Amino acid sequence: MTHHAINEDQWVDRYSDYLYNYTIVRVNDHEVAQDLISETFFAGLKSASDFRGEASERTWLISILKRKIVDYYRKRSSNKGSAEIHMSHLGNEDQGDWLEERIHDPYDKSAEDTMENEELGNAIHECLDDLHPKQAAIFKMKTIDNLHTEAICNEYNITPSNLWVIIHRARTSMADCLEQNWL
Amino acid sequence: MSIFLNCKKANHSCDKSQYKEASLLELIKLNIHLLYCLACRKYAAKNTKLSNAFKKADLKTMPAQTKAILKERLRQEIAK
Repeated sequence: MTHHAINEDQWVDRYSDYLYNYTIVRVNDHEVAQDLISETFFAGLKSASDFRGEASERTWLISILKRKIVDYYRKRSSNKGSAEIHMSHLGNEDQGDWLEERIHDPYDKSAEDTMENEELGNAIHECLDDLHPKQAAIFKMKTIDNLHTEAICNEYNITPSNLWVIIHRARTSMADCLEQNWL
Repeated sequence: MSIFLNCKKANHSCDKSQYKEASLLELIKLNIHLLYCLACRKYAAKNTKLSNAFKKADLKTMPAQTKAILKERLRQEIAK
């Protein structure tokens, strides 16, 4: 069995996007997601000595986050009146007929789709983990955040052709990795 | 300038086209190249599949500012 070590100083770079995706589909609120993730990191720091290195850091952090999410819902359902108001989610003007709106919402993904997409997201994040950190950061900016080539070049002080070489390498290893793990 | 690309340039255009950054001329040249080059056809198919996977997964990233704040808070906590 390989022993996994802890690198707290890299947590935000390596795991925050992954944890964020995991949380946002479950709590559907940007602020709450942020809070839960920072709580997770702090709880992780506190119990770092309990980390036995049997699981990967990612799995360990997710297990902490899961508990935080359960706690969050538990707390929220203990004051029930306000929990109902949150059921309306389609924007302020549509508040009221939430059940009917849900049924007619053509953009609402079915549960199965959501689940499959989440698994795909996990596979993507695992593959991103294998990239060089800088390469992964640039690739994510370009592919997930859809930033302009110029903006990324300025931030990292590289030329467009440097950027495209990085993107090309990242795409090739991502495609190979996903082919093995998913597609 | 020839309308025939070498594979390296074809792959470069292919990468750009995944982000809708290839010009019309580049796309035409790429497609001519793909007509006769099996290796690049394979790369193009793989590349498109990857783009579709990202579209389907619909990933979000945590905003950079939030990350910076979180990082700083963690750093202080570790330093304690």
